[in-house]
Amino acid sequence: MKATSIMPLSKASPGCSYSVISIRLNKSDRRRILDLGLIPNTVIKVLQKSPLGDPVAYFIRGSVIALRSECTKRIIVKKV
Amino acid sequence: MQLEKILSTGAEILMKTLKTNKKFSLKKRSTSCYTVAIAGNPNVGKSTVFNALTGLHQHTGNWPGKTVERAEGSYTYNKNSFNLIDIPGTYSLLANSPEEEIARDFICFKSPDAVIIVLDATCIERNLNLALQILEITNKVVICLNLIDEAEKKKIRIDKDELSLQLGGATIVPTNARDKKGLEALKKAVENICKDGSQIKNVKNNYGEKIEQSLENISKHLSNEKINDIDPRWLSLRLLEGDFSFYSSLKKYLPLRALEDYNLNEKIKSEKEKLGFKENNSEGLRDKIVETLIKRSENIYKLCVKTSKKDYDLKDRAIDKFLTSPLTGFPTMILFLMGIFWITITGANYPSEVISSVLFALEEKLMNFLVYCSVPPWICGITVSGVYRTLAWVVSVMLPPMAIFFPLFTLLEDVGYLPRIAFNLDGVFKKCGCHGKQSLTMCMGFGCNACGIIGCRIIDSPRERLIAILTNNFVPCNGRFPLLISIIGMFFIGESLTALSSLSSALILTGTIIIGIATTFIISKLLSKTLLKGISSSFTLELPPYRKPQVGKILIRSLLDRTIFVLGRAVAVAAPAGLIIWVMANTFVNNTSLLIHCSTFLDPFAKSIGLDGIILMAFILGFPANEIVLPIIIMSYMSTGSIMDIQNPTQLHLLLTSHGWTYITAICVMLFSLMHFPCGTTCWTIKKETKSLAWTLASFILPTIVGIIVCFLVSNVLKLMPIW
Repeated sequence: MKATSIMPLSKASPGCSYSVISIRLNKSDRRRILDLGLIPNTVIKVLQKSPLGDPVAYFIRGSVIALRSECTKRIIVKKV
Repeated sequence: MQLEKILSTGAEILMKTLKTNKKFSLKKRSTSCYTVAIAGNPNVGKSTVFNALTGLHQHTGNWPGKTVERAEGSYTYNKNSFNLIDIPGTYSLLANSPEEEIARDFICFKSPDAVIIVLDATCIERNLNLALQILEITNKVVICLNLIDEAEKKKIRIDKDELSLQLGGATIVPTNARDKKGLEALKKAVENICKDGSQIKNVKNNYGEKIEQSLENISKHLSNEKINDIDPRWLSLRLLEGDFSFYSSLKKYLPLRALEDYNLNEKIKSEKEKLGFKENNSEGLRDKIVETLIKRSENIYKLCVKTSKKDYDLKDRAIDKFLTSPLTGFPTMILFLMGIFWITITGANYPSEVISSVLFALEEKLMNFLVYCSVPPWICGITVSGVYRTLAWVVSVMLPPMAIFFPLFTLLEDVGYLPRIAFNLDGVFKKCGCHGKQSLTMCMGFGCNACGIIGCRIIDSPRERLIAILTNNFVPCNGRFPLLISIIGMFFIGESLTALSSLSSALILTGTIIIGIATTFIISKLLSKTLLKGISSSFTLELPPYRKPQVGKILIRSLLDRTIFVLGRAVAVAAPAGLIIWVMANTFVNNTSLLIHCSTFLDPFAKSIGLDGIILMAFILGFPANEIVLPIIIMSYMSTGSIMDIQNPTQLHLLLTSHGWTYITAICVMLFSLMHFPCGTTCWTIKKETKSLAWTLASFILPTIVGIIVCFLVSNVLKLMPIW
């Protein structure tokens, strides 16, 4: 796996799928993300951006969740 | 007097008999009454299941001490009565929010006879997380696999037997609560658990050898009588995790001080150290717990669910592309909103007229009756011309638009469109330091600000919720639209009723609304930079699948939950106000009514912000409901003793201009209507929601000050321009 394919989720492009490597959030933000089923190795598909570019909708374990960039830039993923 | 006494004791006896009869019949009919909790993730149709089971035998309120809605209902099955409690929809029980705390505490400490866990059959994997957590607390569980039809349509096949096996032999009941499918089986399964107990075994999650060993060590120190039969292993896990909210709940619910045990506390400490977690940092442990739960859910999902169609949600994604793309997202949103306004405003005219003609005809009869009974004129005045007329006014102007607006709004909610609005607009709200869901509370505010403020509960973070509450009033509600529309009609469009004039009227109204929205953004931003400083908390917004709306339910629920509720509060505020208005208009000192004395006193100040004393007085007396502001203005100008309306716009225009109204006055009245203190009902609601007098005062003062400043600036700048 090339090093360039590792990136924050905020840089991921719509239509592609990614696998979570690590979650660099703390406290309640972290718990909230974990509760959505986002743990290392979870596969996420980027669906689409909102009209203003942020938040972005993701397909996570069977449901569609929108997340802001403050959160997604702290979730490290790699392309699958 | 005598008669009254007899009547009241008669009524008392009747009530007593009724009560005893009720008790009697209850005893006769039912052998036992069971408590059943109904749990599930948000958006899984939990309330549909709840409604389908209980029908209209339900009431809503709040959880004690929390502003989280609590719904309770009951049904009878095989001569047993079941009391159903709808616990808040959550993703987890790890207490990240008040909802999760309530859900956890109810299941754990109130030990219901059964818990129905509602799973969305189209999205089982994530739903299982909560199910596994509940099964860890209690085994008295029935799994309700809801939306089974939708899953079949999406070609999602669920192996029920395997799922049951994975969940320790739990009863799985497939349902489609919308069509009342599977409800009998669900009731049967619940009865079985309540009567015979549960057969579910061995569903504990395995957190790994080390943690399991620690749990065992800790649970040895927990004596059963001290912890009220709470599962010791689960309790140990929570203690090890060291959750503060759980400690306080333990203190609240357990009679004996289970935790005041030196050995136990030392044990917890040493086990934590053994596991390598510091005393006050259990983040790593929590991660491990959550990971275990999610991995197990994933495994169960893989074992039980087969999807033959890979992209089963293609249709939803296509709709999303249309409703939330930069090109089409905003225009459709605006069209939807304008459509709702248009239907509400035009649709409300006729029923409003009918209700008011009926209620005012009744007023005459009531007056005649009182005169016939030779009641003193001033009592007739206060009760009929004062209290009754104001009440009739508020009801006839308020009821029809709300009865149209809220069902339409609930329709958008039911279809699943509302979260898309929040998704579209969140970018702007983020820049103002608030939450995208505020857009939804604002939309609700168009119907009624009090409802908008209750709606702010959907915003999790307290800071963002307060901002949404404080600024909700900048969105004009149904009660303010008539004033805005009639001023636009009289001063800016003219009398001709052409297509062009109604279009330009709509445009000016839209412009006014946009000013209100812009003010909301500016004030939200200011608040988040000053009074309510802080970083935005995490934002997660679920975009649920689109669903076919249930029209009948929408009508009933929106009428009961929103319209009647607000109307009740409005009536409670309007009655005393009607009394005050009448007294002020009919008490004369030096040949001038109190009302005129007050407005003369206010006049200099009011003139400086482009209004006049009477207008300002009308806004103050219109505190109970914005609908009566214009009637009070007319009453004062015409020097009559009770509030009244003029239907003919030309006459009204003449009356207003003859009392010195100019374009500047019209603009300032519109602006002040947009930006002034919230109405009485809204203030009451703010007090209930924030539980703080200070924040209620703030939400009263803030828009008023903004309104005064804006009106002062606008009127003085406009006066400098020669064109007026």
